Amino acid sequence: MNIKEILTGQEQDKLFLLGNEAAVRGALESGVSVATTYPGTPSSEIGNVLSVLAQDAGMYFEFSINEKVALEVAAAAAASGLRSFTFMKHVGVNVASDSLMSVAYTSVQGGMVILTADDPSMFSSQNEQDNRHYARLANIPLLEASSPQEVKDLMKYAYELSEEFQLPVILRTTTRVSHMRGVVELGPLAESKNKGHFEKDPHRFVPVPVTARIMHKNLVDKMDKIGVLSNNSSLNPIYNNNGNIGIVTSGSAFNYVMDVVEENDLPVNILKVTFSYPFPEKRVYEFLENVERVLVVEEVDPIMEKEIMAVVGKHQLKKTVHGKLDGTLPMIYEYNPDIIIQGLGKMMGVEIAAIKAAKTSFELPKRPPTLCPGCPHRAAYFEVKKAAENLKLNDLIFPTDIGCYTLGIESPYEVADYLLSMGSSIGTSCGFSKATDQTVVSFIGDSTFFHAGIPPLINAVHNKNKFVLVILDNRTTAMTGGQPHPGLPVDGMGLEAPELSIPDIVRASGVEFVEIINPLNVHKSSEIFEKALQFDKVAVVISQYPCMLIKTREEKGKNIILDVQDDKCTKCNTCIMELACPAIYTRDDGKIRIDPLMCRRCNVCVQTCPEKAIRAKRIDKAGEEG
Amino acid sequence: MHPYQIYISGVGGQGIIKTSVIMGEAAMKKNLPVVVGEIHGMSQRGGEVSTQMKIGTSHSPLIEESNADLILAFEPLEALRGVNMVNKDTHVVMNTAPIYPFNISQSEHSYPDSSTILNELQSHAKKVITMDADEMAKKAGHILSMNMVMLGGAVAVTGFPLDKESIIKSMYDNLPERSIPINLKAFEEGFKFCMENL
Ligand code: SF4
Ligand code: SF4
Repeated sequence: MNIKEILTGQEQDKLFLLGNEAAVRGALESGVSVATTYPGTPSSEIGNVLSVLAQDAGMYFEFSINEKVALEVAAAAAASGLRSFTFMKHVGVNVASDSLMSVAYTSVQGGMVILTADDPSMFSSQNEQDNRHYARLANIPLLEASSPQEVKDLMKYAYELSEEFQLPVILRTTTRVSHMRGVVELGPLAESKNKGHFEKDPHRFVPVPVTARIMHKNLVDKMDKIGVLSNNSSLNPIYNNNGNIGIVTSGSAFNYVMDVVEENDLPVNILKVTFSYPFPEKRVYEFLENVERVLVVEEVDPIMEKEIMAVVGKHQLKKTVHGKLDGTLPMIYEYNPDIIIQGLGKMMGVEIAAIKAAKTSFELPKRPPTLCPGCPHRAAYFEVKKAAENLKLNDLIFPTDIGCYTLGIESPYEVADYLLSMGSSIGTSCGFSKATDQTVVSFIGDSTFFHAGIPPLINAVHNKNKFVLVILDNRTTAMTGGQPHPGLPVDGMGLEAPELSIPDIVRASGVEFVEIINPLNVHKSSEIFEKALQFDKVAVVISQYPCMLIKTREEKGKNIILDVQDDKCTKCNTCIMELACPAIYTRDDGKIRIDPLMCRRCNVCVQTCPEKAIRAKRIDKAGEEG
Repeated sequence: MHPYQIYISGVGGQGIIKTSVIMGEAAMKKNLPVVVGEIHGMSQRGGEVSTQMKIGTSHSPLIEESNADLILAFEPLEALRGVNMVNKDTHVVMNTAPIYPFNISQSEHSYPDSSTILNELQSHAKKVITMDADEMAKKAGHILSMNMVMLGGAVAVTGFPLDKESIIKSMYDNLPERSIPINLKAFEEGFKFCMENL
């Protein structure tokens, strides 16, 4: 499939789409005019696809500087009568939450959908927070999708709901839905409006105490009405299979439940909750009438389980509720069919599927991800550590941030000591530099610096901190697949855009020590790091070299290979143990070799080898293939 | 229809997701229900990658333990990591070219040798077909066509629910035009090898 088919596909066509791609089609079928995001897995592909399609679709799309701004751009578009779409990973909603709480009060004019992609089991996140809580916190409607088809269909429904009640609506997916691929039947595309018009109404759009009190009352009234909808919604269907056991489930967990129940022909009734906030209490009450015991299957927190207990308590029903709280199902991490089989078996007192899974008789080595061969971050890490060693500094703290460079946590680099969230490297450096006498060197990427690094840097200067900040500027948002950011001359739709200078921003923040290095120049860079470490205020070193994933695409000069000269190599293992580029390995006969297919010819190993045993060698084209 | 369940595993950059998209779209075009589960993220940086696919009626792509009909392993260690999916009727098609984890020299557990891997798999599965798909791909014209060697191997397996023609058609829909000749050659190599060694 060509990605463009998401836009060109006709009504009733079937496409094999990722949940995230289906979200894009849903936006197109809803006539969305403005879409915004900050990239984050598992939601990233939505932005990647939109950045390709937005122009042709006559829609505006941007990679915003952070999720708060993304939500604000979308909120203003919706206040102007346009349909807007903002999407982010679960922790992105934390960043956006300040404005999210208010947009629930101010309400919207055009429809507004906020997609949160949660990450149970933390495939690529720092936590597995359950963003269904946000619907409760902001008191706005929440829909939960189980499949790509549903993601698309719910997008359309969410816009209708949002416009009818003039409230933003949250659509929750999880990694397994965002990254599930399935057959999606397309609906008709909708025209999107080009421009809206903002009708002033301060009583509606400016929450100050007098107005906010009224706004809150209006919100509560609306949510009461929406509660009637969710109780009667066909999005919350009941599958009756007789028997006195019921399962209430939502999202991806619904799929596991259905597979297990259908495959094993279990006499179990199922209530699928898609319109999950306002919680459909009445529907649950009806469901409970026909069952004696109910198992609640949801990822991650026991939210519905507690809601159902409340229903049972309120009506003094004689029903037992099983789930996370009584240990029938695990409290944390994502579910899968095997977990459902166990939990349901436990509850029913039967063994549902008896096959014992095969196991190896020994442990397998893990395959942790690592910085790419030739990654400029590896060189910067090596140089910082060398500089500290030369200055005999041995009590260092390395606050880090979110990006590929967090992989600096791995041995042998071990330059990731403390991490909270996007931008926290700099804020926590302020704290460490005040709280201790230890040397603080912190790392942040270019995109993360724009996202949340600027206010804490200003804080650091103003509050007279002393630490070294290394801005690892690899000219992209590498971790999520290479999206642009304000430091690049291109925007989210691939159009030319003003390129903001990180050094200028740093200088304007009052930093007196600002140096730019090319991290592939090992000796020069180490010297600059030494100077920075001796500076007694905030020192910023900007390490500039493009991400190897970009570099590889542009690469010329492929007729060079890196070669270890056995007569010079003393097997000191510096390249293996300290630089640890994955292209360098020890062969079975003990000789050190460089894998020509992996090597990106960055030349850093040449400079770090104390014996000068590694050299770059020109070869003819034929030799390279062998 | 009881779904046919395929577990594809390997290492980032081997073209695993592309392979499952080709299979999945081929199934869709035959009007078969199909779902695929993918994990994106850290995979590009040398981590393990796997996709799970069910062709036939089902809601979730996640395969229950010991329920895979086919394991398509692009790398031996990753084949072994999927052993919990294997049962006495499972076919395993495995590329024998190892990719060592970058930290293997410091790792607590060593990389198992090839005979150990084979024995373990053979003791649980119905049939294990091994081929040096890297080598076969290079012969076909490019190492990056290795995933098509594997795809060819899968199509040859008894019980695989899609025919060769529909897979080839899907390759045309999903691969860059100029890479088609090499990829087709690679696909045929894998197909032929597996046919002969079933
Ligand atoms: S993707 Fe780029 S930034 Fe990330 S590890 Fe690889 S080279 Fe480094
Ligand atoms: S030149 Fe050396 S350090 Fe750079 S990628 Fe090749 S082997 Fe690794």
